[in-house]
Amino acid sequence: MSFLDVLYFIIPSAIFYAAPIIMTAIGGVFTERSGVVNIGLEGIMIVGAASSIIFNLTFVDSFGTLTPWIALIVAMVFGMIMSSILAVAAVSFRADQTVSGVAINMLGLAAAVFIVKLIYDKGQTDSIQQRFSRFDVPYLSDIPFIGPLFFEDAYATTFVAFAVVFIAWFVLYKTPFGLRIRAVGEHPMAADTMGINVAKTRYIAVLISGALGGIGGAIFAQAIAGNFSASTISGQGFMALAAMIFGKWHPLGAFGAALFFGLAQSLSVVGNAIPYVKDIPPVILAILPYALTIIALAGFIGKANAPKASGVPYIKGKR
Amino acid sequence: MSSRTQNFLVPIISIILGLIFGAIVMLISGYNPVAGYTALWNGIFGSSYNFGETVRTIIPYVFSGLAVAFAFRTGLFNIGVEGQLIMGWFAAAYVGFAWDLPTIIHLPVAILAAALVGAAWAFIPGILKARLGVHEVIVTIMMNYIALRSINPLIAAVTGGAERTPKVHESASLRSEFLQSLTDYSRMHWGFIIAIIGVFVMWFILEKTTLGYELKSVGFNRNASEYAGMNVKKNIVLSMVISGAFAGLAGAMEALGTFGNIASMSSFSGIGFDGIAVALLGANQPVGVFFAAVLFGSLKNGGINMPNEAGVPNEIVSIVIALIILFAASGYVIRLLLDRAGKSKKEVK
Repeated sequence: MSFLDVLYFIIPSAIFYAAPIIMTAIGGVFTERSGVVNIGLEGIMIVGAASSIIFNLTFVDSFGTLTPWIALIVAMVFGMIMSSILAVAAVSFRADQTVSGVAINMLGLAAAVFIVKLIYDKGQTDSIQQRFSRFDVPYLSDIPFIGPLFFEDAYATTFVAFAVVFIAWFVLYKTPFGLRIRAVGEHPMAADTMGINVAKTRYIAVLISGALGGIGGAIFAQAIAGNFSASTISGQGFMALAAMIFGKWHPLGAFGAALFFGLAQSLSVVGNAIPYVKDIPPVILAILPYALTIIALAGFIGKANAPKASGVPYIKGKR
Repeated sequence: MSSRTQNFLVPIISIILGLIFGAIVMLISGYNPVAGYTALWNGIFGSSYNFGETVRTIIPYVFSGLAVAFAFRTGLFNIGVEGQLIMGWFAAAYVGFAWDLPTIIHLPVAILAAALVGAAWAFIPGILKARLGVHEVIVTIMMNYIALRSINPLIAAVTGGAERTPKVHESASLRSEFLQSLTDYSRMHWGFIIAIIGVFVMWFILEKTTLGYELKSVGFNRNASEYAGMNVKKNIVLSMVISGAFAGLAGAMEALGTFGNIASMSSFSGIGFDGIAVALLGANQPVGVFFAAVLFGSLKNGGINMPNEAGVPNEIVSIVIALIILFAASGYVIRLLLDRAGKSKKEVK
């Protein structure tokens, strides 16, 4: 296998695994920028994955090839419902954000499996018939080198993820709304003084993360897993969280880090077909993304990068 | 209403609200909540076998709750109890089957090995937090996944490719014929005595030693403690290490008591994450943690009976527990409502 063949093999696979993490990590950027820590991304992804699979199995006959896309929207809605619980607890009820995030993770997993058992009488759903399918992007896939890397046998969801990254960057850095989100996360009292509704801004940011997390889970379920069980989403939400921190709370940074985690994940799946990589013990590849996150946190990322008010409930009139 | 009664009432109200919401979920899903909770009750107390199993479920919860609570008291959030538990579980199982020693040495050594390995696993986030200011939440989450992904290769490595280790030798086992015969051959074991000792040890460290005083002080105010001449960094590392040792002991209970070995894992045991709920509900007090562990252990074990007796998926128990955490974490609102209720009563008078 030549080096170019390895690239053609590994890069599309890395992007394939990265797409759900990108989506969810961008959601994480929104909440943390507004000052709410969202450990619950994993639970939100689980709910998104379960709802999309259930929808897909139930309505595949009526919607045909459109089913996965409509399921994406369903997952988005359920992700938002899940995140609204966090928003109420963390923003209005002044609950400890990390603790309520952990509760969201437990609740998401338990509720998803509960409903799957309720509907199908077993812990695992059947495989869906209509998955996201691959296609060659017309014209672009003919470009030498770039074409086979990015546009041959590509998933449309990948491009959705790329678009979301760009939109998130634009919203956060080029619109008044984005400025408000960042202001509320850095210094809520100053923002409040300037007439920004802190609670409302944080609610919206948390709901955005729920929407993107739900979509992320749905992409993972309908493009990679193909069914839902308790172990379908195993750590992707936490990986997205790590990608967001790795990427210094910036959409483009989170995007880059998510691509890297995608690469690490795909190496642990397809690595044994690649020369050199296949000589590495699989356990090293499996723990690589997590170990690298710790090393990156310890080595490259200073303390000052996190939004200042992240994790602190805002209490009006309290200095 | 005094804050003391409130501190006591908030967990109680959270539990009641959690159970009520659980009943509503069952009702909406078309299950009979009365039948569901009756099955839960029978699963806890229904027979001497179920009762024995309930006790053995409670034992690791006591330790995982103590682990989370201990770190909390120093202002640290140890989400990594799950990973520390897995590594401790492995260590105890390995020492239990691979070494040959007389009981009086073997059992303590196996338990100690679990505590040490759990402590070592928690040392990494502790030192990173103290030296480099890296947030312990992210590091402990990552350490959980590293533990989960490396445990199966570790088991394979020490057994020559098997999926489970051999049972620990009789000399390292916490199991007892006596307790089993008493409870209709459940897996109840002597670990409950060690758990009670654990509760006492945490109380003793926190309330009766200089170390405990410093740890609590750092938890209250890091800067003031530093100014008073305490070594904050040392205390952060120590707090994580002791917390990790408790987590490792939870693993030892599973290795030497419940299962007698360690089998390959595809997902987390959940005991470590539930420890967060136990600590929160127990208000991070050793005795509070004990009672919270009794509650959660009972719910978990009783829940296993729900699918058989009432046809309700036992995930309902996890839903109830998650809701209890949410309500307990939102204690501010419950306090607010209690205050309002207290005031309106006075006006009526």
